Amino acid sequence: MSAVVHDHGHAHDHHDHHGGYSGLMRWVTTTNHKDIGTMYLWFSFIMFLVGGIMALVIRAELFSPGLQVVDPDFFNQMTTMHGLIMVFGAIMPAFVGFANWQIPMMIGAPDMAFARLNNWSFWLLPFAATLLVLSFFMPGGAPGVGWTLYAPLTVQMGIGMDLTIFAVHILGMSSILGSINIITTILNMRAPGMTLMRMPLFVWTWLITAYLLVAAMPVLAGAVTMTLTDRHFGTSFFNAAGGGDPVLYQHIFWFFGHPEVYIIALPAFGVVSQVIPAFSRKPLFGYASMVYATSAIAILSFIVWAHHMYTVGMPVTGQLFFMYATTLIAVPTGVKVFNWVATMWKGSLTFETPMLFALGFLFLFTLGGFTGLVLSLVPVDIQLHDTYYVVAHFHYVMVAGALFSAFAGVYFWLPKWTGKMYDETLGKIHFWLTLIFFNMIFFVQHFLGLAGMPRRIPDYPLMFETWNKISSIGAFGFGLSQLLLLYIVIKCIRSGEPAPQKPWEGADSLEWTHLPTPAPYHSFETQPVIK
Amino acid sequence: MSLREQNLLLSRKLAVVALGMFGFGFALVPFYNQICAALGIGNLESPAQVVNTQVDHTRTVTIELDSNAHNLPWRFKPLVSHVTVRPGELTTVEYEVINVREAPVTGQAVPSYGPQRAGEYFQKLECFCFQQQTLAPGEVRRMPVTFVVDPRLPKDLNTIAVSYTFFEVAGRGGKS
Repeated sequence: MSAVVHDHGHAHDHHDHHGGYSGLMRWVTTTNHKDIGTMYLWFSFIMFLVGGIMALVIRAELFSPGLQVVDPDFFNQMTTMHGLIMVFGAIMPAFVGFANWQIPMMIGAPDMAFARLNNWSFWLLPFAATLLVLSFFMPGGAPGVGWTLYAPLTVQMGIGMDLTIFAVHILGMSSILGSINIITTILNMRAPGMTLMRMPLFVWTWLITAYLLVAAMPVLAGAVTMTLTDRHFGTSFFNAAGGGDPVLYQHIFWFFGHPEVYIIALPAFGVVSQVIPAFSRKPLFGYASMVYATSAIAILSFIVWAHHMYTVGMPVTGQLFFMYATTLIAVPTGVKVFNWVATMWKGSLTFETPMLFALGFLFLFTLGGFTGLVLSLVPVDIQLHDTYYVVAHFHYVMVAGALFSAFAGVYFWLPKWTGKMYDETLGKIHFWLTLIFFNMIFFVQHFLGLAGMPRRIPDYPLMFETWNKISSIGAFGFGLSQLLLLYIVIKCIRSGEPAPQKPWEGADSLEWTHLPTPAPYHSFETQPVIK
Repeated sequence: MSLREQNLLLSRKLAVVALGMFGFGFALVPFYNQICAALGIGNLESPAQVVNTQVDHTRTVTIELDSNAHNLPWRFKPLVSHVTVRPGELTTVEYEVINVREAPVTGQAVPSYGPQRAGEYFQKLECFCFQQQTLAPGEVRRMPVTFVVDPRLPKDLNTIAVSYTFFEVAGRGGKS
């Protein structure tokens, strides 16, 4: 059990004593946070590739005006599933993978609070992903409703919709159980001497994110359950004829949906808060204000949801309230950006791959934040709602934001996880290709949105052709570049140079200062005392 | 308390929060209805409270009447296609609906207004849209709408289109 502490007197080589099982059963039955973290990360990468292929289908169709590649119904299925798979299958599990690997090591705990629950939280995911993919093979195909699953369209879809609803329930269950585990671990199992205000910021951001998940995810479960009963059990939550209201769905969904985007962003902030100080060889600037700013963002995230709904017919007073609350969130976010910059100020900087991705995050996430600020303004959003400007905005914050941060974390921690160094030259090439192709895809989409191109359409007027062509070419380049990451990781695991105990001079959290590299299979079975 | 007991205690509290938030999602349904009612938004069900209307003799407003039946085996039309009224003047128009199906059918009419902002000035004292309507097989029914156009109607608005769409209420099959 994770709570039992015994003193081995020597470090275990991470190849033996894997709970008694070998081969596939080791992975099926493991309760070890490192194994589970590895599984989350590999699962998320596979889902990233699956969701990525769907994006390529979308961009292939949008390469030219007219309908060339797929029929409109299937195009809608692609946009829907691309969104669901990327959000719930790729980006969220990736950061849970980081949480599993890093949190126990960073707080000096031997494992997560509920090690067996942890195993179950992971294994729910491939099951849910299978349901999602299975929906393509049902009569009617996968739902073509957009990842936001708006009523009343969802009430009219075929059985693929029901599979998707069950998948969402299971994904939510996994997140909620994982979050309960994370909160309990962080609050109860820190090493003696590690007070809350001495924890690495990555742990803080996950603590706050886990609370957001526990509060918000059940609301999504409620919304899709209501959709299910409207579909099959005669209720009329979202049916005006029966006394309900489709706009009610939007309120319930976005009450979850807005905290959800901070659930995606906050762990990304946490990774960057580890990487930037390490490569600046300087402590994070303004630790306490970073904690308060993250908490402020989390609390505010519950009162801004209707900025996704400015055009539903809301009275002006309502629009104004949500507009002011949304612009308010820019303040603590700005605090964090300034603190990262201040961390670098007069630091001793080097630009290995993790730092390159963290800097890419810093600049491009801030750009995405600015376009979010633009969209928060009611008179502007009336024009830009459901255009490609919105698509550009959220891809800047979720791809150049969260995904770049995940890449930074992978390069940063790979030596600790594997004991080997990745190929730095290839890593840099991966960074530059990803950066250039990302901007090629999404920067031009701002222009498309401003020019009036709606989102979720398979065909468009000729005037939008040029930017769409550039965007599509960028998409294929971006997708191919991610295969390079796969090659880099596999090459590192199999034949990377052995890593020194502390490959990053400026890294100073417990996993770097108190543990060998690679980290042993069981670490901190005796908790260190933090002076 | 041992670590194991502390962990279980905290996890139970968090599980309660999660369940509570699930319930909160459902609680949003009556919250939403009550907030909309309190703010007077999208009020389908209650008659307007109209008092002391002075008829404005300086202008007339044309009310255009439209009808639709959505996926409903009913023939539905207004008896007249338009009526000219004065703001503040009490007027009644009638719609006729015929159930051509061989079974009882329950429907709900939902109004909408053109332009949309005219809706708040079109005050209905009596309307068949306030309740669900159940028609027997083959039944023909004439249903009134009694309304007053609010004298505060903006001067640039001289025509209001009132459109009713009847939807079948699923699962009712004739029961009200």
